[in-house]
Amino acid sequence: MSEVLLEVRDLVVHFPTPDGVVKAVDGVSFTIERGRTLGVVGESGSGKSITFLTVMGLINRKSARVSGEVLFEGRNLLEATTEELRHIRGDRIGMIFQDPMTSMHPMYRVGDQISEAILAHRNVGKREAGARAVEALRQVGIPAPEQRARQYPHEYSGGMRQRAMIAMALVLDPDLLIADEPTTALDVTVQAQILEVIDELKQRLNIGVALISHSLATVADVSQDVMVMYAGRPVERGTRGEVFDAPLHPYTLGLLSSVPRVDVRVERLVPIEGSPPSLINVPPGCAFHPRCPYRFDPCDRDVPDLRDRGGGHDDACHLSAEAKAANRRERLDMQEPVT
Amino acid sequence: MGRYIVRRLLWTVLVVVLVTLLTFVIFFVLPKGDPATRFAGKSPTPELIQEVKESLGLDKSVPEQYGLFLKRLVTGDEYGWPGLGKSFQNKQPVRPELIQRAQVTITLIIGGALLWLAIGIPVGVISALRRGSVLDRVSMGTALFFVSAPVFWLGLLSLYVFWKQLGWLPGTGYVSFGASPGTWFSHMLLPWMVLALLFAAIYARVVRGNMIDVMTEDYIRTARAKGLSERRVVMKHELRTGITPVITLLAIDLGVLVGGTIVTETVFNLQGLGNWLLIAAQNNDLPVTLAVTVLVAAAVSILSLVADILYAVLDPRVRYQ
Repeated sequence: MSEVLLEVRDLVVHFPTPDGVVKAVDGVSFTIERGRTLGVVGESGSGKSITFLTVMGLINRKSARVSGEVLFEGRNLLEATTEELRHIRGDRIGMIFQDPMTSMHPMYRVGDQISEAILAHRNVGKREAGARAVEALRQVGIPAPEQRARQYPHEYSGGMRQRAMIAMALVLDPDLLIADEPTTALDVTVQAQILEVIDELKQRLNIGVALISHSLATVADVSQDVMVMYAGRPVERGTRGEVFDAPLHPYTLGLLSSVPRVDVRVERLVPIEGSPPSLINVPPGCAFHPRCPYRFDPCDRDVPDLRDRGGGHDDACHLSAEAKAANRRERLDMQEPVT
Repeated sequence: MGRYIVRRLLWTVLVVVLVTLLTFVIFFVLPKGDPATRFAGKSPTPELIQEVKESLGLDKSVPEQYGLFLKRLVTGDEYGWPGLGKSFQNKQPVRPELIQRAQVTITLIIGGALLWLAIGIPVGVISALRRGSVLDRVSMGTALFFVSAPVFWLGLLSLYVFWKQLGWLPGTGYVSFGASPGTWFSHMLLPWMVLALLFAAIYARVVRGNMIDVMTEDYIRTARAKGLSERRVVMKHELRTGITPVITLLAIDLGVLVGGTIVTETVFNLQGLGNWLLIAAQNNDLPVTLAVTVLVAAAVSILSLVADILYAVLDPRVRYQ
């Protein structure tokens, strides 16, 4: 049966600054199961990256107020010591980042950077670590891995570098891979390849994956679960089918109808009006209400919590299930399938 | 790489030729009075001036003089290679004195450099790691003080305190290492310190700035995400990129200082190159001026070549063809 790897409960990450408190993450809950990919979607500043940097213990805890629970294999990582976290990072949880051009040290060989992760966690010799690094490069589809391991990052293309990052993150067989916008900085043709590598390894190694992206399209093909975030909170959460086939929240609808699609004829793209709010002055009530075309009475007062509101999966919108269904038809059915 | 080095060495030769040519032109285009008149003594007769001119080689045309200078430089003269002629001032051969004085200056620079690296780099790194702490603020405040403090003032102050008042160190002047290593060391200690404090202050600030930039790099986050120990993140990942630029800085500073430790040499009565160049320039002593110029130009360009090669070795992104 399904095994929960990571369970985040009511995570709050606030950064006090002289201008006010930045509510980067403001009540986020989700689970990631073994063998499944959770796609986390939101605009810049929606709190998706901070959420996972907090899971990894990579935010500066001195400058942040953190509460909630991050349960990884039963342990609350928010209460783990620095040393305990260090042993989990790289070993039990691997992470890759947005820009593979800047995410590797420019002055060390790629193979050595991978071996370094092995040597940090395993009691093996340098030669053994080097051989495993080469094997990891082979696993992610890098041709001639023996030669490639001896090269420096600048000798790699962007796609190859991201593959090498994946190799580095997975070399110790972690249970969980966190991919923070892994394709954003890559060419479109390479993006699909990288997603494919991640998906293939997820199945082969039977790990859990958190795939963070600002684009629903990116997570669509390879995620089993989807969570949409806005201004530090999740606004919709469900399986891939639920969220894509029956989106509930107006923000999710907005994201879907503002993206050009190849498979259906789109009369026009509908942008989401306005811009994401400042995380210091988050609008009261539903944070999305100033940009929402369907806002009504309670939206600027009551914060809608994330739960099943009769739409079949979780969302955080005051509208009735019937109204949401109607909005969905109006917004998405005007896109006729190409015949 | 080999061809690159050869090409850069040829460049060095060209730089030396151009710098000496420029020195020649400046000397003759902007004369502070006729050198021959100056060296002919009080109220000289025209015959005497003419005689002095001939003995100094100033009777020939300027291009001819420059040609002779280059020829001597390349083929050597009766005092050895490279041929640098005799001083206008005291009629002594330039080459042996140049060697003698170069030893003093190089001793001063190398000792100073070791000291300022040993102080500047750790202070910069620790300040960056403890940014905003009391330690950081005190270090950077002190650094600002030594960057601003004039060397002559610092030199005289240190002499007053450690020599005159406390009597810990023996005064000024240079004692050769061969004569007495202990005395040599105690005579060089203050000049090293005074020279080093200025540069240590500059280096500490540069290293701190580099380190702070490096700390926010994505690959440092990657290093942490791999689960490396904090110590390894700093010592292996941050220091490597944070300190490498110091090499370029060091090479340029060392080159410039070959002829540029004038104040330190003067304050501590060290008979080095900077001191000599100053006197030569004041006295229109062309051969001495040229000799020091050649040495400084060669030192600057060779040291920058060394820095570029070292940089290419340390940073794989830099490759020369």
